[in-house]
Amino acid sequence: MSEVTSAVARDVKKEFHVVGKSVPRRDGVGHVTGKTVYVDDISFPGMLHLKMVRSPIHHGIIRNVDFSAAEKVPGFVRVLTHRDVPKNIYTILCLIGVGPDEEPVLAVDRVLYKGEPIAAIVAETEEAAMEAVSRVRLDLEELPAVFDVEEALKPGAPILKPWGTNYFVYEGHHCRRVRFGDVEKGFAQADYIIEEVYNTSPIEHAPTETTACVAKPEPDGRYTVYTNTQALFFTMDNTALILQVPFSKLHFVGGTVGGGFGGKVDVIVEPIATLAAMKTGCPVKFKYTREEEMRVSSTRSAWRMYFKDGVMKDGRIIARKVISYADSGAYNRHTPYAVTKHAANVAGPYFIPNVYIDAYCVYTNRQPASAMRGFGVTPASFAVECQMDKIAETIGMDPWEIRFINAYRNGDMRPHQKVVEDATLIEVMKAAAELAGHQLPEHLLKMHSWDREKA
Amino acid sequence: MASRIVAFNLNGRDVEVMVKPLTTLQTVLREHLHLTATKSGCRQGGCGTCTVLVNGEPMLSCLLPVEDIAGQQVVTLEGITPVEGLHPIQQAFFDNYAIQCGYCSPGMIMIIKALLDRNPNPTRQEVMDAIAGNVCRCTGYESILRAAEDAARRLQSA
Repeated sequence: MSEVTSAVARDVKKEFHVVGKSVPRRDGVGHVTGKTVYVDDISFPGMLHLKMVRSPIHHGIIRNVDFSAAEKVPGFVRVLTHRDVPKNIYTILCLIGVGPDEEPVLAVDRVLYKGEPIAAIVAETEEAAMEAVSRVRLDLEELPAVFDVEEALKPGAPILKPWGTNYFVYEGHHCRRVRFGDVEKGFAQADYIIEEVYNTSPIEHAPTETTACVAKPEPDGRYTVYTNTQALFFTMDNTALILQVPFSKLHFVGGTVGGGFGGKVDVIVEPIATLAAMKTGCPVKFKYTREEEMRVSSTRSAWRMYFKDGVMKDGRIIARKVISYADSGAYNRHTPYAVTKHAANVAGPYFIPNVYIDAYCVYTNRQPASAMRGFGVTPASFAVECQMDKIAETIGMDPWEIRFINAYRNGDMRPHQKVVEDATLIEVMKAAAELAGHQLPEHLLKMHSWDREKA
Repeated sequence: MASRIVAFNLNGRDVEVMVKPLTTLQTVLREHLHLTATKSGCRQGGCGTCTVLVNGEPMLSCLLPVEDIAGQQVVTLEGITPVEGLHPIQQAFFDNYAIQCGYCSPGMIMIIKALLDRNPNPTRQEVMDAIAGNVCRCTGYESILRAAEDAARRLQSA
């Protein structure tokens, strides 16, 4: 550890009661004794169970749904369809102004991904609900499906959205755009042009505890919803909007989450379970099976990122053009926001005077993607740092040096028009080199984030 | 098919449950007896969080029809938790921060109990082999290994 950081660490130990010290976890005893109450540990007398009738195809038109055999299953209570949902079409991020609404709680006349919910069945036991689901007869007309972001944008691709495109519209534009300097001028001046394409795959969070909630009618007319959402109030607000009830009608209880990693910020199980509780007057549990968690719940989105960099012989990157495509799957969920974060960060933590970014939020017939640990930024960082290594290799420069030379400093303007404050990239790289046992040359050790060296 | 009565010993007490054929021990514990320390992560033998001890051997309760353990001895996490304080393995998990979301912890503690009961001084590799079927998605494996080693020391000095 450097002298400066060691001194800081000493001060921390001396002056703070908590910072720099290990503190026993408040929930630790509950966790090691199994006394912590997770949603699936909650049950009530007379509690019903909800299971979804799901689309077996990737894209199609719903011609007819026949519940007659399902209704005969012992323990069957009722079915819910899109007609039962007060505001069936929604988009989670409407709370921060993202629109238009585009995802149905229950499919209306079309399904856009395999596993899309078509109807909910409520029964006295989980087994009865599953049995009834298996007896629902679906009459679907299969349509051509698209699974690749660039294929989805080609003329002739099946169009998935009512507004007539397969991309999210950002303030009238086909993608989230960043324009800074003159990227073509930069390429013309550059000694090297370095191009590469980077792809990332969808990732399932696979929390050990699957997504679940229990909605319970209360004698005062309110509904208590026990949930393992990672976003309690966000979920309550969306549930109130979907069910068209005042927020005061809902009491959400949560905070105990058996693993989330971003996979439990979508508002999926709560609105329909609460509706089922309203329609039956009984507590209703809706818990994903492991199969649903893997095949239906949102994933991290897949990305394709085309990089073109203009680089000088001395290592300075003077122009960067990135065209990115996020695979949102069939619906928005959190991907329009992920793309905006991506556009703001895909130039990397480097000062580049000429930047051009087009980042697309693209719809395909895959299961919807959504939030996961740094969504939008994580794939950007992967691509940027691979690209930095490629630049270093191409021009014959040390990969540490290329990053120090280009690192942004306090006061630099970033491409999305934010001034850099409190930069620590150089300091972090110095600490990383020390921890990795890598000796940096003197001229890099002299650099710091708060000022540029005089040339 | 008609239900049947199955009797077994649970945490030192004799219990009887009325079950349909193929009802799993996990369902009996969680839904019939309301003992929810044993978790339900996948119900297909893939995650290990429902691990209990049957005659001292670790078993996945989600795959085990309760009829198969009639007359046998079952121990769950509730069964090793003292009235006051913690079992040395629980204390080691707590002190070593071998818990994050807590959902894999019951299975981890039971699988380590089974290991230490038959091998009081395991190597790190033996601990890793023991927990190979138990998934921690918060990726706290290092601290879980440390907790297991710490628990072995505590139990030996006790």
